[in-house]
Amino acid sequence: MSSARRARDGARPPIRLLRNLSSKLAAIPMVLVGLGVFVGGTIWTIVHSFTDSRLLPRLNWVGFDQYERLWNTRRWLVSIENLAIYGIVSLVLTMCLGFLLAALLDRKIRFEDTFRTIFLYPFALSFIVTGLAWQWILNPEFGIQSIIRGLGFTNFNFDPLYNPDLVIFGLLIAGLWQGTGLIMVIMLAGLRGIDEDIWKATRVDGIPVWKTYIVVIIPMMKPVFVTALVLVTSGIVKLYDLVVAMTSGGPGIASEVPAKYVYDTLFTRQNLGQGFAASTMMLVTVAIILIPWAYMQYREKRQ
Amino acid sequence: MKKTFALLASTSLISVGTTALAVDLEVTHWWTSGGEAAAVAEFARLFNENTEHTWVDGAIAGAGGTARPIMIGRITGGDPMGATQFNHGRQAEELVEAGLMLDLTDLAEAEGWRDFVNPTSLLDSCTIDGRIYCVPINIHSWQWLWLSHQAYEDAGVPVPTNWEEFIEAAPALEEAGKIPLAMGGQPWQATGAFGVMAIALAGTDAWEAVHIDQNADVAAGPEFARVFEAAAQARAFSARSNVQDWNQATNMVISGQAGGQIMGDWAQGEFQVAGLVAGEDYSCLPGLGMNEIISTGGDAFYFPLINDPDVQAAQLELASMMISQEAQVAFNLKKGSLPVRGDVDLEAGNDCMQRGLEILATGNILPDANQTFSPDTQGQIEDLMVEFWNDPNFSAEDAQRQYAEIIARAD
Repeated sequence: MSSARRARDGARPPIRLLRNLSSKLAAIPMVLVGLGVFVGGTIWTIVHSFTDSRLLPRLNWVGFDQYERLWNTRRWLVSIENLAIYGIVSLVLTMCLGFLLAALLDRKIRFEDTFRTIFLYPFALSFIVTGLAWQWILNPEFGIQSIIRGLGFTNFNFDPLYNPDLVIFGLLIAGLWQGTGLIMVIMLAGLRGIDEDIWKATRVDGIPVWKTYIVVIIPMMKPVFVTALVLVTSGIVKLYDLVVAMTSGGPGIASEVPAKYVYDTLFTRQNLGQGFAASTMMLVTVAIILIPWAYMQYREKRQ
Repeated sequence: MKKTFALLASTSLISVGTTALAVDLEVTHWWTSGGEAAAVAEFARLFNENTEHTWVDGAIAGAGGTARPIMIGRITGGDPMGATQFNHGRQAEELVEAGLMLDLTDLAEAEGWRDFVNPTSLLDSCTIDGRIYCVPINIHSWQWLWLSHQAYEDAGVPVPTNWEEFIEAAPALEEAGKIPLAMGGQPWQATGAFGVMAIALAGTDAWEAVHIDQNADVAAGPEFARVFEAAAQARAFSARSNVQDWNQATNMVISGQAGGQIMGDWAQGEFQVAGLVAGEDYSCLPGLGMNEIISTGGDAFYFPLINDPDVQAAQLELASMMISQEAQVAFNLKKGSLPVRGDVDLEAGNDCMQRGLEILATGNILPDANQTFSPDTQGQIEDLMVEFWNDPNFSAEDAQRQYAEIIARAD
């Protein structure tokens, strides 16, 4: 019976699932990794954040206890506040500075290659190296403060890393120094993609250059901005190594960040439940930002 | 041709290595400073000389906080080492409960560890459900105030003999341009100094109520209020010491820039290396001169369970060697710590070490906070202390209230 039926099946139009079969097969490992490691790992973490796991994971339910404790911990609250300040300021400044530098480089200046290399170079360094270098530069004993005092301004005070109110801005200086170059290059690529005719048209219409940038060029560069935004935001949420290298959370707990809280509770304090609760909160924060954005993107596509 | 030969040679070597009874035992620890490395080298020497096995040194740079996650990761991840260091206390508790550690009870009973380990609380820390899982190696006590004679001479005041005199003399030191109390910025130093003050100023009973019975009422009570006030004073007197590492702070005492430092007996080595003489150039006050008590923290070795009788035999030989009289003397003299055996003689030790031994002999001892609190509770106290110590606006009352909350949910 089967041979006749098979022949009939073969005559049918190809099943949708089997279209582009080879590329689908090639994607299977990635899909499995994605499901197993990312989705599976995430679910496992969230489940265990409701347990009292210590050094080793165990399923002993305690409800929302870990979350209650988390939001009553001063260090966590300080971490969240720091991340918010660092995040907002660094997001605004990297985007603005990155675009500004790109626009300036795009004005057909001399030695463009040299400048581009100089601005991008810090990105080639790891956060640890950046952090250590800036720790020395900002050290009051032999950094900027001592140099300027040596020039005769003996009242000059600049020690952000030793001042609990300013330390997060000390971190920002180093973060911006490292991150701006990459955003500049992405923006520059975006600017190069703008058709020369648009510039010609605005010149004919007599629109000033700054206005062209704001009204015409920036709206045209929306995809580039979105890419840059995603890169910068993901960098902010995982902020960890820069803090470890520059301040290790000090002075006091003034420069603690959420990722460091997660690491410390998971590994040095042997409290998996608490660490998982904190990392779940980090995931929720990211989701709160990403889901509306993804939804908007999706709606735009459908329209 | 050459390559083939090398390959053949190396495979034959490997096969020799597996068939022979001698075992390469990897030992992980975080002893990397000069004195520490010299001390652990004594263990390696004795192990290589007295047994047919080989000591493979697995030193992990960075303090215990860096090393412990690596060690635990290797044990839980199925790549256990032959033996590993932990501090006395509860750091490896769950690993033992999960059945990942070798049971040493038979060896301990055969050699009679319980008869000579002093204090026996160290062996109790190794014991879980009546079985022994670790070898105590040494005793380190926190309760020392190190004083620079030169700093007090320069300021024209006599060297204090207890904490109250130290506080009275502090303004004179400040006038002379000295820092009364040297203090490194790392979190564990603030926590440790507070612990020392708690034993010295709140007294043994209150300390035990908080640390052993976890009584939050006592933590919120008047005895501990006194400790927090003293800590606030100490904070003001240490405000200008802008160093991070403990040995940098010790150096300020050695050079006479600072009056004193609250630090464990490991600071002793720094004074020795600088060529200073105890009693002439510097003093040590156990229990801040108020309450001559030492806490018995320190190090112990655990032996991860490996299903290979040869390896297990080698592990037991190593355990037996570490607690032997010969090894205890050789190791502790280099390390500057006290031996865990009551029946060895450390005549070569200097003044301060002898004082420590005397206190140990009289039995004025308490367990270390690491033995009574879980790493999690210790971490919360550390967070509170480091914030309190660095923020002059953080009042003693607020700190005490938060401290009592941590004790209330401690485990």
